[in-house]
Amino acid sequence: MDDLIQEFIAETREMLEALSGEIVAWEAAPGDRARLDEIFRFVHTVKGNCGFFDLPRLESLSHAAEDVLAEVRAGRRAADQKLVNAVLAVIDRIGELVHALETGEAVGSEDDEQLINALSDAYAGPAQVEAALGGATEVRKNLRSIRLSVDLLDRMMSGVSDMVLARNELARRLREAERDVAVEAAFERVSACIAEMRDAITRTRMQRIENLFLSLPRMVRDLSAELGKQVALEVDGGDVELDREMIEMIRDPLTHIVRNAIDHGIEAPAEREKAKKPAAGILRVSARQSGNQILIEVADDGRGIDGDKLVKKAVANGILTAEQAERLSPAQRNALIFEAGLSTAREVTAISGRGVGMDVVRANIERIGGIVDVESRLGNGLRLTLRVPLTLTIIPALTVSVGGQNYAIPRSAIEEIVRSRGNSVRIENLGGSAIASIRDKRVPLIALADVLGVESRAGEDEQNMILLRPAGGDVYALAVDTVHDHEELVVKPAAPAVMATGLYAGTTLADDGSPILLLDPSGVAANAGVMLDQNEIDKLTAKPASASSAAREDIPALMFRTLEGARRAVRLAVVERIEDVSVDAIQESAGRMRVALDGRILPLAGCENGVPEGTLRIFRLTDGASEIAYGFREVIDIVALTDEVQPAKGPGEVCGVTLVNGEQVELLDPYWLFEMHLEGAADPAERPVCALPAGDSWMENILRPIVENAGYRVVREGEAEAGEADVLIASAEGDVPQIGSGKVLRIRARAEASGAKDDSIYRYDRAALLTALSQSAAKRKKA
Amino acid sequence: MNELHLILRLAGERVAIPAADVESVVELEGLTPVPRSTRHVAGLSALRSRVLTVIDCFASLELGRAADRQVREAVVVEADGHPYALIVDSVEDVVETASAVQPVRTSLGGGWRRVAKGMIEAEGDLLLLIDTQALIAGPAAQAA
Repeated sequence: MDDLIQEFIAETREMLEALSGEIVAWEAAPGDRARLDEIFRFVHTVKGNCGFFDLPRLESLSHAAEDVLAEVRAGRRAADQKLVNAVLAVIDRIGELVHALETGEAVGSEDDEQLINALSDAYAGPAQVEAALGGATEVRKNLRSIRLSVDLLDRMMSGVSDMVLARNELARRLREAERDVAVEAAFERVSACIAEMRDAITRTRMQRIENLFLSLPRMVRDLSAELGKQVALEVDGGDVELDREMIEMIRDPLTHIVRNAIDHGIEAPAEREKAKKPAAGILRVSARQSGNQILIEVADDGRGIDGDKLVKKAVANGILTAEQAERLSPAQRNALIFEAGLSTAREVTAISGRGVGMDVVRANIERIGGIVDVESRLGNGLRLTLRVPLTLTIIPALTVSVGGQNYAIPRSAIEEIVRSRGNSVRIENLGGSAIASIRDKRVPLIALADVLGVESRAGEDEQNMILLRPAGGDVYALAVDTVHDHEELVVKPAAPAVMATGLYAGTTLADDGSPILLLDPSGVAANAGVMLDQNEIDKLTAKPASASSAAREDIPALMFRTLEGARRAVRLAVVERIEDVSVDAIQESAGRMRVALDGRILPLAGCENGVPEGTLRIFRLTDGASEIAYGFREVIDIVALTDEVQPAKGPGEVCGVTLVNGEQVELLDPYWLFEMHLEGAADPAERPVCALPAGDSWMENILRPIVENAGYRVVREGEAEAGEADVLIASAEGDVPQIGSGKVLRIRARAEASGAKDDSIYRYDRAALLTALSQSAAKRKKA
Repeated sequence: MNELHLILRLAGERVAIPAADVESVVELEGLTPVPRSTRHVAGLSALRSRVLTVIDCFASLELGRAADRQVREAVVVEADGHPYALIVDSVEDVVETASAVQPVRTSLGGGWRRVAKGMIEAEGDLLLLIDTQALIAGPAAQAA
């Protein structure tokens, strides 16, 4: 916010300076329409801006001036001298206030009112509001910010880049030359200065991504109003910093994606209710930095992409042949949204237009070296992730060589450098692909020489391995011939023909002045993944050679498909058995799903989005004492969990993601499931009992669910055999149910208590009711 | 309207390119190959702390590969903000041409047809006017 205020101050001051001439001219010729418009625009802009910042004084002043000027523009008032003076006085005051805002001084507010009154026609107060013109034109001191063109910053940046290059070369020559302590010390100083300078200039080009997100709330509001949809926008990560040029490049694609999400993704409230979703759709826009990339995610909980429909359309439009369509993976089907001229929206709307969107979005993002990922769950939403590079032209990198040529690897992706010769490393060649066991970790091994198609000049046991974790990917080991040095490299984007290989992130010059290619760790992994037989990798990662698995115990897990079609795994130990139940046995009550099984009622999870017709397949999960049911579509396989689990962001049904057979699988969190579903579903005999009077339909129909939700078992007056009730509920006037001797809660129908002694609770005072119920329940537990 | 053109020898032919497109004519020393790039990208070379993408015009014209030489004569041009060096056989001269560009009236071989913008008359000879951008784009661009 501070940045924005500064920007507002700078902008207002600039406008004031530009306006000073206009003011003088307007004073001389109040009838001059052009001047009037200019001044009107100024107060209008100020008014708009301060509404945003919560600056009430500025707002009321500019608002008043705007009103008056609007009248003059409409010809309802004449711009006489008095009015001109009053307007100028207000503009001067705006100038003072803005100045005060910057310096933190106070400006007396007493006569604001007077200035505003002076604007009104009828005001005949003292003529002391004569504009002090000098005040407005006087050059303010304490200028703390200036505006620069981005071009100039670019030139500074490239100048600094060249400086770094020159320093690198100098460093190399100094190393070759005879040691001279004095020269070296001087060089160190120069180095430090350059580094500091580079930092500062780099920062000048950085901007918080907030600037990009600021326009979203308004856009979402307008769009959803226009389309008759309800959308809740959640914005996160506005403090992530990004090169300002990059921000501009992302602006249009992001706008487009958000428009699409509201227009095509999020359904109308009625449709959402039918799908058992809250009427208001959620649109989440977030940014975060991941290594040398910025990830911008736009996720909605709308209808997602209908892959079948897309494929049909693509075939109909001749983009795909039927045979090609058959072979598409789900991910490839979803990626069809990027094909030009494909839009699944039934009607073309004015908002997103006619399918010209996503292909352009992708092209724009790819042009700046980024990627767009699509993740769609049909009926449950769509997540688009823009991965864009920081392209901060100078990055720390490691230089390596293979086949006699040097390459650079961004240091941010490097986890560890390992020598193959060490005892801690073993390479297993299995089925044509290699797996490196480094200590107790087992990772796929990719030979850089193979990826690049060059001849390695080092024997297998002379090679070095670099453990890489590309942004958003999994660790792998990259074998290279030699590892050289850490260097700071000035990275420039490479020509499109070079980028098209997908292997490089840019080009750079080594300190001897020769060009070096900067490898893109994700690109290298993707490329190697294609080159190796995917099935082989799957087999290898799922069932690693038994010889080396002794060090680590594999956890057996059951991989299954959820009702929504996601792949998830659950630890085998918590699965008691798998059963088919008829959906008739499933009841939704009090906001929870329950299933009747063998004369017991188990909480049912996994079916939040509805159950299918006919029968439902469930897991019976046990924690040793209690059981819950979990609905799913089908069992895929029993697998071993070998890979590390990437924990989920927060607690939830899924505790993390792990790799099974090279594919990401969500791992169920049994703890969370039991925690969420067991509460209030304890063994009926264990639950506290609440007695309700028989025949009171309000109690039976309206109160009962709340009581049950609070964990009580409800009995009626007539069912006295149910045992002693812990809480007895009665209407304020009625009789206490004749069961046992628990605490009596009286419920009254009127909001006001009838007297000081009236300890009854108003029937719709939910908080008081729940407090009373939980106190009683707690008492019982102690007893 | 008089225009300057650079006359050069490209894959054995004398051709012209608009001088305005040309940033400089250089002799390239050292070439860093770019593994797995398209054939017409010969590699990278450095020029005054800039990285040039070196284009093998032979490959771009689908005529095989340029002969391997120690020193390569190259024309530096810019496309889409990236500097490129086009390897040529030799650079002859800069001439002023008075005639307008004429359409190509003969039938050209595959690669040539793609890069020829027309014909111009210079010093009494008829020369092909080459589109440097098409040379840089290479054969792949046509297929797309």
